[in-house]
Amino acid sequence: MSYARRALAVAWKDLAVERRSKETLNALVFFSLLLLFVFQFTLGGDRERLAAVLPGVLWLGFVLSALLALGRTFLVEREHDCWEGLLLAPGDKSAIYLGKLVGNLALMLVVEALVLGLFVVFFDIDLGRAMPGLLAVVLLGTLGLAAVGTLFAAMTANVRARELLFPVLLLPVQVPVLLATVKATEGLLLGEPLGAIAHWVKLLVAADVIYVVVSVLTFDVVLEG
Amino acid sequence: MVRTLGWLTVAGLLAGLVMAFGVAPREVTQGNVQRIMYVHVPLILASYLAFGVLALASIVYLIRRDAVADRVAHASGEVGVMFVGLGIATGSIWGKPTWGTWWTWDARLTSVAILFVMYLGYLLLRGTIDDPERAARYCAVLGIVAALDIPLVHFSVYWWRTLHQPPSLMKPGGFTGSSAILWPLLVNLLAFVLLYAYFVARRIRLLCAEAEAAA
Amino acid sequence: MSLDPIVRVSDLRKVFGLVRVLDGLSLDVHGGEAVALLGANGAGKTTLLKILATLVRPTRGTATIAGHDVARAPESVRPLLGVVAHGAWVYDDLTARENLKFWSTLGGLHADGDDLAAALAGVGLDRVADARVRTFSAGMKRRLSLARVMLARPRVLLLDEPFAGLDQRAKKWLEERLEALKASGAALLMVTHSFGRELGVADRLAVLAGGRIALDTPRGSLGPDDIQRLYAVHAEETL
Repeated sequence: MSYARRALAVAWKDLAVERRSKETLNALVFFSLLLLFVFQFTLGGDRERLAAVLPGVLWLGFVLSALLALGRTFLVEREHDCWEGLLLAPGDKSAIYLGKLVGNLALMLVVEALVLGLFVVFFDIDLGRAMPGLLAVVLLGTLGLAAVGTLFAAMTANVRARELLFPVLLLPVQVPVLLATVKATEGLLLGEPLGAIAHWVKLLVAADVIYVVVSVLTFDVVLEG
Repeated sequence: MVRTLGWLTVAGLLAGLVMAFGVAPREVTQGNVQRIMYVHVPLILASYLAFGVLALASIVYLIRRDAVADRVAHASGEVGVMFVGLGIATGSIWGKPTWGTWWTWDARLTSVAILFVMYLGYLLLRGTIDDPERAARYCAVLGIVAALDIPLVHFSVYWWRTLHQPPSLMKPGGFTGSSAILWPLLVNLLAFVLLYAYFVARRIRLLCAEAEAAA
Repeated sequence: MSLDPIVRVSDLRKVFGLVRVLDGLSLDVHGGEAVALLGANGAGKTTLLKILATLVRPTRGTATIAGHDVARAPESVRPLLGVVAHGAWVYDDLTARENLKFWSTLGGLHADGDDLAAALAGVGLDRVADARVRTFSAGMKRRLSLARVMLARPRVLLLDEPFAGLDQRAKKWLEERLEALKASGAALLMVTHSFGRELGVADRLAVLAGGRIALDTPRGSLGPDDIQRLYAVHAEETL
């Protein structure tokens, strides 16, 4: 089916360009290390306090990285007028959205895995039994961020003050995702059963569905020119 | 027609003022400062109306590409943000002498604050895009995303504040039963809805005039 | 040359803020024909191309390509277009072959490895097919752009200064390619500032001044000096 092939072509293209230039990846890796140091200096001494704020701090790291990654996702299109090429691509433009979404998701998950790994090592945290639940929450939360982030990134790509406008638009809309992921992570790390955080997970699923469906339906409008 | 609306609004606001100060009872514990509720609550409710209209107008615009629908959304957004801002301010003024603090992160306040920032972003987006057709399209999409996000915001914030925590004490007093409070509230609500409609109508007129001047 | 024009522009107007860039422009281009569009900087040549490319909506008037209105039915127009603009639509970190594959897939074309190889050979890039575009010169990027366009076999070709920045050899080569596209029945609209032999491709010259076509004449009837003189006279017209 041509739609799927076009979406995959976009995803492949983004990942290939990223793998070879490593621009965004490098920026994200250094940024994550920086965050780690900052958190250590401000929170590291007191283990009890750290344990209390860990979910929030972890997701703060994820969100800041997401802002960096998503804000740049259409930047590569600015060179050589490739944006024009995307605008003129025939057929349903939402295929481009899904391709971009998959690419962004892959990139963000890689960086989040890195951040999580760094946290576990440097803050000596035991994830153990929380892992499967944590993986699900991270996946759902990242999808929520990436879904709206990709849409808003397209909207702000050619706009004045893009770097300021993108986070200003994205963050308030993402508050439900932020709350849900932090609370769910908190619950998981405290060893609570899945039932206790089930409503948060349901909220995340609902949010993800809404965000992806709306974005797919409206991406054509955004990429009209 | 807009003139009539204007006069109706003035009449409504006057009636509301009379009801709030003359008819409504003096609250036992809070004193007269509680009367600010007759402005605070209608402002917030009217802003919800504004954002609902914004969402509908956005959908209409995307389907029909009618510039008028875009202007309705634009005007509604501006008035809505203004009303929310004033609503938050009046809430703070009410809160300081009553509960001792300008602000608290309870469910209702937090939700409203997020709403304020979201739609402020909507206005920012409008301001940043020069091409009116592109601004209309992008803001329509944002308007729809924001509207769909509202229930998610409400649920997440409510669960965040009420689960594992005692329910908030910051509820506006006495809806349950007392008709003495209900009637002034309704009159003021109507007055502020009229005010909203009047502002929006005037703003749309201005936007249409601006668009014609540019053509 | 077919009888009915594929590109029909009728009384086109475009206003940007307070500036009337296009003010009642009418132009036709037939299949198998190339029209060179001349005019001073800022005269509106690129705007006309963008409107035809469905990237910009006209304020008033109509433009149709193969009968489809560019403003009302852009989706029907886009598959028919080939656009060679200032930017070459290339990703620096992909190879020539990968770039071609990406754009052809995005365009819904089912180009297999052989098609891609043939297209690259046709523009003389077969030996650098697997080199990253970052290493290409401007001329090579332009050639890759043309390969992209030729793969799609467009009915209408919109070119914005295609000869700019090319050396003599590349210019001659581009001329040949454009002639081949004309021969296949495509309609070409070419914005150019060159007066030399590049104009050889054009069958007609159209000068855009004052927001409309001030002069539309067959190229064959003019010598190179005539062209330069006419251009100087008409291009000086102000709005």
